[in-house]
Amino acid sequence: MSRRQPRASGYFRTTYEEDHAFIQTRLEWWSLTALVAALVAMPMIASPFLLDLAAQVFLAIVGALALALLTGYAGQISLGHAGLLAAGAFTVGILFKEFAAPFWITLPAAAVVGALLGVVFGLPSLRLRGLYLAVSTLALHFVVVYVGGEYETKRGLSTGVVIDAPRIWGVEISSAQAWYFIMLGAATIALLLSANILRSHTGRAWRAVHANETVAGALGINVAAAKLGAFVITSSMTAVAGALFAYHRSFVSVEAFSLYLSIQYIAMVIIGGMGSLLGAVLGAIFVTLFPYAIENLMGMLPGSQRYAGVVFAMNYAAFGVVMILFLVFEPLGLVGIWRRMQSFFLLWPFKQQPLGGARR
Amino acid sequence: MQLVVNILVLTAIYALISCGYVLIYRVSRVLNLAHGELMMIGAYLLLVTATSFSWSPAIAIGSALVLSLAVGGMVYVFLMRKMTGEMVLAAVLATVALGVLLRGLAILIWSAQIQYPGQPLGLTNPSLKLPGDASISLYSALLIGSTVLVYGTLFAFLRFGRWGVRMRAAGQSPLLAAQRGINLHGVYALAWGLSTLTGALAGILIALDTGLSQTIVLIGLKAFPAALVGGLDSLVGALVGSLIVAAAEVLLIHYVDPLLSDVVPFLVLIGMLVLRPWGLFGTREALDRV
Repeated sequence: MSRRQPRASGYFRTTYEEDHAFIQTRLEWWSLTALVAALVAMPMIASPFLLDLAAQVFLAIVGALALALLTGYAGQISLGHAGLLAAGAFTVGILFKEFAAPFWITLPAAAVVGALLGVVFGLPSLRLRGLYLAVSTLALHFVVVYVGGEYETKRGLSTGVVIDAPRIWGVEISSAQAWYFIMLGAATIALLLSANILRSHTGRAWRAVHANETVAGALGINVAAAKLGAFVITSSMTAVAGALFAYHRSFVSVEAFSLYLSIQYIAMVIIGGMGSLLGAVLGAIFVTLFPYAIENLMGMLPGSQRYAGVVFAMNYAAFGVVMILFLVFEPLGLVGIWRRMQSFFLLWPFKQQPLGGARR
Repeated sequence: MQLVVNILVLTAIYALISCGYVLIYRVSRVLNLAHGELMMIGAYLLLVTATSFSWSPAIAIGSALVLSLAVGGMVYVFLMRKMTGEMVLAAVLATVALGVLLRGLAILIWSAQIQYPGQPLGLTNPSLKLPGDASISLYSALLIGSTVLVYGTLFAFLRFGRWGVRMRAAGQSPLLAAQRGINLHGVYALAWGLSTLTGALAGILIALDTGLSQTIVLIGLKAFPAALVGGLDSLVGALVGSLIVAAAEVLLIHYVDPLLSDVVPFLVLIGMLVLRPWGLFGTREALDRV
């Protein structure tokens, strides 16, 4: 680990190692330590409900990070994220139902299925751009979900596939605390993986392709390989998230993977802020907690039992409004707000950013 | 024979819906993924007007259509206008968000149950016998008729109408159109209004035919491949694309598997995107602009 560098006063890094370091200032180091301590200590105090909520958030973070890599960095729009989650979940469901496979087979299998589907989802991107690509992923979402539904119907499992809790060394993983730590681990791995991809050649190639394909090609980047690679890696991540989702719910059904789920993941990336891993994390937290917040708010209203039946509709409407508000008024998302707050304190008592390279 | 009738009815449904996608895309290069929801809102508006004008179905349907024209215009003025100058993707995502919002509102206001707007109007839906042992419901026949009428009117309007020519001009080059004094915001608002109106007409007829619930949105989404297969900026293409998608859907459901119903249009769409992404009648440069 190199010297700790101050942030606001100037840009003093002189080596690539310093520039690439994850932790750059002493404050960052302390806050990271505090965060880790809080995350580890949380299961000791929090209720099982809160832990379950946290596990959901971590799971959403994995999916959101994948989509942020694909859309925010590689610039490939996907409306078929729910299809990939469904693919992972159904890989687990089918392998478990047909072969009673344990999780250490199903999880890698889900990753492989995700990677293969990534090739399928990515192939149109070689010819199509922008909207047309989004539409092709949307179509593929319907195809994947249809295949899952077909499996359910043909096997007579009209309601869905029930999956037993996974066992590690004979111990069944079903408590909220165990799931909390598994999902925390998954989210951490996903975050480290994403961050490392981004500071490697692969990530820089993706950004170049996003910025301008022709120029990227002229720089010697294999544009087709970069695009396909982006789809393969992120799809694999997403499918693993879907597999974890299946185990967590111990139940797989196509109903869980509607178009609305894809929209939610896109919303995470938008609300959090495009082109930022922190944004994906913030967006995942926001979108996952949002329905619970709405439910609580509606519970506080007078005559709350009257609204009980329409909570989910209220969720829909409020979610649409929030998404529109972010698109119109804060296109940079939560991360934009966070950066503004940061620079307010860093620059105080001044208001304006210094011009050029003074900040990361 | 019944198969042919089914194909024709489905073609009419898809064509009537997909011309809304084409109108907006052609004029403003925005893909309106909330079209299915706007169509649903149009159908629910009939539910509102049906209770207030229960003595005259024509007035009820007419006022529902006028209201949906206004809704479409308002969508542009209050939402899409803010998205001009942003990335195309942001505009599309705004329509997605709008769709989520509208669906939530529809459930909040009109509940998630299936409803029959024909009942307060005292309308029945008799089955008509056709030669060759086929039958068609009255509203399906009306659907085919109104599709022909709508497309005829749209062609004439875009070819000869003053505002129609302006719409085509704005679609070709917004900059030059604005330079010639064309009110771009007016043109865009009109395109959104007309698109919602045609969608609402489709929604109303489907609702009268088979009842009204939020699942109608899915029909709107399935009509989108029809628009793209024909070429997103071509009305003729929307007609031909609807025919192709409807024929594929009806035939595959009949001969292979009824479960395919929801996925066939998208399979056709994928095939088209692989072979000829700009569609049968679309202009090729449209692909590079997005």
